[in-house]
Amino acid sequence: MAPITVTTTINGEAVSYLCEGDETLLDVLRDRLGLTGAKEGCSTGDCGACSVVLDGRVVCSCLVLGAEAAGREIETIEGMADGETLHPLQEKFIEHAALQCGVCTPGILVAAQVLLARNPSPSEEEVRFGLAGNLCRCTGYDKIVRAVLDAADTMRDGQ
Amino acid sequence: MTASSENALKERQFKIVGTRPLRPDGIDKVTGRARFGADMTAPGMLIGKVLRSPHAHARIRGIDASKALALAGVKAVVTHADFSKVGADLDDVSCNVMARDKALYDGHAVAAVAAVSGAVAAKALRLIDVSYEILPHVTDVEAAMGADAPVLHEDMFTSGIRPKPDRASNVVHRHEFGHGDVAQGFEQADVVVERHFTTAATHQGYIEPHACLGSVGPDGQGELWCCTQGHFYVRNACAAMLGMDLSHLRVTASEIGGGFGGKTTVFIEPVALALSRKAGRPVKVVMSREEVFRASGPTSSTAMTVKIGATRDGRITAAEAELKFQGGAFAGSPVDLGAMTAFACYDLKNVKTVAYDVVANRPKQAAYRAPGAPMAAFAVEGVMDELAGKIGMDPIALRLKNAAEAGTQSSYGPKFGPIGFVETLVAAREHAHYSAPLGPHQGRGVASGFWFNFGGQTCVSLNLHADGSVALAVGTPDIGGSRASMGQMAAEELGIDYDKIHTIIADTSSLGYNDISEGSRVTFSTGLATIQAARDAITKLCGRAAQFWGIPEDAVVWEDGHARPAGANAGDFEPLSLAEIAATAAKTGGPIAGHCEISAEGAGVSFATHIVDAEVDPETGRAQILRYTVVQDAGKAIHPSYVEGQYQGGAVQGIGWALNEEYIYGDDGRLQNPSFLDYRIPVASDLPMIDTVIVEVPNPGHPYGVRGVGETSIVPPLAAVANAVSAAAGVRLTELPLSPPRVLEAIDGMAAEDEA
Ligand code: FES
Ligand code: FES
Repeated sequence: MAPITVTTTINGEAVSYLCEGDETLLDVLRDRLGLTGAKEGCSTGDCGACSVVLDGRVVCSCLVLGAEAAGREIETIEGMADGETLHPLQEKFIEHAALQCGVCTPGILVAAQVLLARNPSPSEEEVRFGLAGNLCRCTGYDKIVRAVLDAADTMRDGQ
Repeated sequence: MTASSENALKERQFKIVGTRPLRPDGIDKVTGRARFGADMTAPGMLIGKVLRSPHAHARIRGIDASKALALAGVKAVVTHADFSKVGADLDDVSCNVMARDKALYDGHAVAAVAAVSGAVAAKALRLIDVSYEILPHVTDVEAAMGADAPVLHEDMFTSGIRPKPDRASNVVHRHEFGHGDVAQGFEQADVVVERHFTTAATHQGYIEPHACLGSVGPDGQGELWCCTQGHFYVRNACAAMLGMDLSHLRVTASEIGGGFGGKTTVFIEPVALALSRKAGRPVKVVMSREEVFRASGPTSSTAMTVKIGATRDGRITAAEAELKFQGGAFAGSPVDLGAMTAFACYDLKNVKTVAYDVVANRPKQAAYRAPGAPMAAFAVEGVMDELAGKIGMDPIALRLKNAAEAGTQSSYGPKFGPIGFVETLVAAREHAHYSAPLGPHQGRGVASGFWFNFGGQTCVSLNLHADGSVALAVGTPDIGGSRASMGQMAAEELGIDYDKIHTIIADTSSLGYNDISEGSRVTFSTGLATIQAARDAITKLCGRAAQFWGIPEDAVVWEDGHARPAGANAGDFEPLSLAEIAATAAKTGGPIAGHCEISAEGAGVSFATHIVDAEVDPETGRAQILRYTVVQDAGKAIHPSYVEGQYQGGAVQGIGWALNEEYIYGDDGRLQNPSFLDYRIPVASDLPMIDTVIVEVPNPGHPYGVRGVGETSIVPPLAAVANAVSAAAGVRLTELPLSPPRVLEAIDGMAAEDEA
């Protein structure tokens, strides 16, 4: 089968690529476009390490085909900071030591960003349920939840 | 160490140690820039994939790869015949990397392919024809010990028993630890509790699968990039398996996405190098999650019996345990460590533990955080809990009455130095959590735990730059923020700002040998080496200042980041800062560096006590953790946030182990749940906040008093959770995991007993 040509928008920029019909968006991002911030922890939709935003919704990019991205808007961890200025979530993650190994971090940040966009003042429980699709094996989630709640505070104050 | 120097350690005022600076690799890790194992590529790179046995136990009659090799895009196939013979120390590791005459478990590697793409490699795997003779298998530890169990290794004769056995078996050895006379001790007891316990095998569950990129050129020089806890070990193992000189293989450690002990060995790394050598191109191999579960190290599954006797007033008179751990298809389960740690919390006159190391048709176990200790603690602390109930004593009071202290002869031999066990118990008893009210169907559990902590070979190099900044090269991968704590210790010692220190993980050709990041040794050993390297640099800095001032070297002291004359007699000179001395280094004798090469000793043992509240739904048997508090001795917390993180992470891994996680094998000997969907690790919504209390009883073996912190935190939770759930359910639970059906069965069983 001939590769498919896809034109899409990634982190605000128009991007075109070729991909196979059965190739996942995660593989396209990582192997074809060099965007290795999204990680593959399972390839079955169970860990959330590959989370990206597709038209405003968090998806597991391991469950999306590269071809499906045509004409849509994708945001990845690489687009979260504004140049040298980190997003408040990124800052709070570092400040609260909400990462140990850091491999889950890109996926969790992406999921948290969408969570806060929907619900700017989540309760602890809402954060916990909002991030239940993202596995972290290192931290026990405590500092992650605190960092997200603190970032929500900062972002509300900033508005 | 004298009492006064111990006090000095307790009272020492630090400037940077004990604060919470931002980690130097933080920005890379929140922006996606950090490069982990699978994030590296090389020009001309091929993709390697591994063919794995679908059988739990089978003789390999032959492997025909001709069809695979004929497929367009396939560049190389390797089998065990492509690896060199290795010494006895690596023989099992090598046989685990690639099966020889037998496949010993479902998932055991039998061949590997390198091809131009993952899709072609996957197709090629299906074209490799392996002829298997299926053999009977065994996966359960007690079944594997049976006289009629299928034997994995025809040359395995149990050691440590008399008379010497004349038949091969799956029992590797029997070891015994302890002192005193337990039979006599039990005679003095008013109350004796004895129980049988089992735990399921669990996986470390790091989110990053094993990944590497290997390249061997026609000149025999190799390079390897991989996620590992110990790249020097990886180099040694790979070089041996490929028949290379150590100096011909340079291994670089990537960022590592979790390890917890599971990345302390090799699996795919020698395979990538062998494929690359054959294909003449770089080869990348990344495990799938299914491969991680089927073929990388889970921990042991266990069967244990524990018996403890005490007088009415709570003094333990005797304690005895029999531990059986299967460690997968090869010798080396952590049962001895389990046996040594089982009763280490207590001051016992009569104690005996017996350990059986057993093989079974499962993947070779790999270390998992305090290997062996959580299971042993689960059994021992469960019996302690029951004993406290029987004699009507508060469970912390019972532990305090029998707690090990400085000078206690440990159950595994040596006498303890200064330790903080009593301090953790007292802090737990006084914590608000311990006296908080409980609701219906809720129960509280406490448990304690112990871990040795390791030292080991370590080598550090510290280079001062002309602008006063410092490059610190260490050889232990950063598995949880150690760059920050190393930077803090170097800054503290040199008396300069934390952000002037830049810490890197050096590759195997740039630094001398370093043991693996394991055994909670990094902050202790690499920290010790960092401090000594800084002191070495300070001596040289003082020498340069002395030269500058024209006074003797011993007339110069180092204070607050400056060389100063030692006193009025030494002369009157303006202090020279590190930056000033470094700036003129070219004229005063060349570059300035500090080094340290040591085999670190004196790692301080550590103890923890955990408190858990759980609620059990009597209709479904589901247990929910409501509140959790970790109290642990850190010796000295260099970066308290990362110490807390270790406490919390260990506790939550323990909660998963206690409640959900389990390797499930079918009758066919195949793993039934090799995915995160069916092997369920805790998610954020399963948990409450994890409170932490850092106790600091300094370790006299470290200049700042550091003890390891990464492992002790997973020792108590299995028992603490089981004690809480047992209290909530009203019935003693002795089999892990405490899955809803199992808890429900126990509740129903008790109800039936009550009716009868
Ligand atoms: S890699 Fe996509 S969910 Fe795990
Ligand atoms: S920080 Fe390691 S998995 Fe989350």
